[in-house]
Amino acid sequence: MKPRLAFWLALAILALSLCSCRRADERTVLRFWGMGREGEVVAQLIAEFEREHPQIHVEVQQLPWTAAHEKLLTAFAGDALPDVCQLGNTWLAEFAALGALQPLDGYVAQSPIVEKDDYFTAAWDTNVIGGKLLGLPWYLDTRVLFYRKDLLARAGFLDAPRTWEQWQGAMAAIKSEAGADAYAILLPLDEFEPLLQLALQQDEPLLLDGGTRANFRSAGFRRAFAFYTDMFRQQWAPAMSDTQISNVWNEFARGFNTFYITGPWNIGEFKRRLPAELADAWATAPLPSSDGRGGGVAGGTSLALFASSRQQQAAWQLIEFLSRPAMQLRLHALTGDLPPRRSVWSEPALANDEYAQAFRVQFEQARPPPPVAEWERIAIAMQLAAERVVRGGVSSEDALARLDAEVDAMLEKRRWMRAQEQAR
Amino acid sequence: MKRPGAGWSFAAPALIVIGLFFVGPVVAALLLSFTDFDLYALADPHNLRLVGLRNYVDVLQTPLFWQALGNTLYFVGIGVPLSLLVSLGAALLLDSRLARCKPFFRTALFAPVVTTIVAVAVVFRYLFHTRYGLVNYGLGWLGLEPIDWLGDAAWSMPTIILFAVWKNFGYNMIILLAGLQAIPQELHEAARIDGAGSWQRLRHITLPLLAPTLLVVSIITVAGYFQLFAEPYVMTRGGPLQSTTSVLYFMYEEGFKWWNLGRASAIAFLLFVLILAVTSLLLRLSRRWGAA
Repeated sequence: MKPRLAFWLALAILALSLCSCRRADERTVLRFWGMGREGEVVAQLIAEFEREHPQIHVEVQQLPWTAAHEKLLTAFAGDALPDVCQLGNTWLAEFAALGALQPLDGYVAQSPIVEKDDYFTAAWDTNVIGGKLLGLPWYLDTRVLFYRKDLLARAGFLDAPRTWEQWQGAMAAIKSEAGADAYAILLPLDEFEPLLQLALQQDEPLLLDGGTRANFRSAGFRRAFAFYTDMFRQQWAPAMSDTQISNVWNEFARGFNTFYITGPWNIGEFKRRLPAELADAWATAPLPSSDGRGGGVAGGTSLALFASSRQQQAAWQLIEFLSRPAMQLRLHALTGDLPPRRSVWSEPALANDEYAQAFRVQFEQARPPPPVAEWERIAIAMQLAAERVVRGGVSSEDALARLDAEVDAMLEKRRWMRAQEQAR
Repeated sequence: MKRPGAGWSFAAPALIVIGLFFVGPVVAALLLSFTDFDLYALADPHNLRLVGLRNYVDVLQTPLFWQALGNTLYFVGIGVPLSLLVSLGAALLLDSRLARCKPFFRTALFAPVVTTIVAVAVVFRYLFHTRYGLVNYGLGWLGLEPIDWLGDAAWSMPTIILFAVWKNFGYNMIILLAGLQAIPQELHEAARIDGAGSWQRLRHITLPLLAPTLLVVSIITVAGYFQLFAEPYVMTRGGPLQSTTSVLYFMYEEGFKWWNLGRASAIAFLLFVLILAVTSLLLRLSRRWGAA
């Protein structure tokens, strides 16, 4: 019985390995994980890639954003990462800490397609961690001001505000015009992005000592924090969470709020969802800043090559292909995603898009958030501090002291690792 | 000497499987809970530190843990009695001799148990939608104000409880039905001859004879309801204002969202101790009740 079983097993293994060999001989199989809307449409771009590279076959797997993070970490732990993946910028640091990403500097140096100077500086810099380029920007994300031109004009302002002072003046005028049931601005209290934009306009870094110490009691962050919480104190913004607002487009259309801070995907949504009579009544503008210089968060999504990939060359070819200006233009046409390359912005599709221009202007001044693995958790704690002040009536001083303590506790491991490194 | 050896060898396959897939992971998790295993340790084992009981102390000092515990107790405290009542009611109706089409109703009432929770959650989110939901439509018909079932921190947990009870009562119903059918009809007949009404028969015959089954069912339900996770995960993601974050959901976020597996293991063991304490308390109470 036993020798027989062994014989059959051996035969089965042989057959299996033969199968896989033959398949590998024919075509290289690349695995690509895409998320959300990009995961849906990337197959159209990849079809063209496969035509150009008949020897490569790309398997696209679509992940929902809400589950992507867990899935990627689990895949790392289980050694099942794909070759190429679309990775949110804030996750890069995490996967860099894991050593899961393949540096791209060598490939970029030889590439005729990827030119560093063509990329927005902030977008490129977000991908450089520890002096190595660990991802290639695919599309941009920063949050700008969406506003109702008609309501702003009724309050006596023709142009969008550029400084915080002008903005405060406009909000006060709008609020006195609007009465008790409408507001100047909508800032959902469970979204950390608006406050983060204001915080990254400041010169002081949010974390110190190589991302091992919290710095939320700096003059800069205090300024942004005070400005943010003051909008609620003045009743310019309602103390509401996302869940309490059933439909932001409806509220915007009925004049509940004049200003709204949101991202590029909402250009398409606003065009689609606002009633026809309001089609020309809204616009976008870069976020006002304390000194009028502008600025915000340099966010977005990158294409990353995992170090565990066994077909690095083919994987790089895919990344390079998707980074071509023509492909970025296609992606913009399909999804509305904003390209990270300046040359693409001179194409008519983008150059003539008045709504998209605000993002471009802001991106030239944008800064990346601190590249630490704990960042998302820190940003949530930061927002919770603001919520404590707005809803809980805690003083700013106490909230910021608590925030510093909380974030310092989150970074304890990083401090210990840094000390270990220095001791070595 | 031969016999025990043979016994062990027969039990070995089961023991190996249990050891490999149950005892091993549990021991590993216990050890993990005394370390600070996290993302950095995953990258490089040298970043792993033994921290003793610090994870437990930290968790017990986290306000969100206590809130999650409060939410879980709320869910268990209301959900378990409600679920048992509904299951018992449905089982009694099905056991009644007046009931028609019993197999049909038995299947229909059991159906929610075998449905996929994710798909059902989509339907429930529509039913409980603030503006388009059937439930609020009914309330409007009665002249009541619409309720933001899943968006209001005061209503989110009741909605989750309703969802969980609807989803799970069929399972207990089947067990209770089996218990009911094991009660000899002669006792009912004798009681009826003695002039006992249906309420008296329920109180003095059905419930006492059903007590052992009820005990088992309530212990299973308590243990199950303490592990509330899927319902808030698919319906509310722990919100609004963390009002539906259960202990297990808290553990999931700590472990798989932030990848602090050491701390997540500590939460798991705290929950284990809690469930153990509550179920053994139930057992002890029932024993005292049985003796009296």
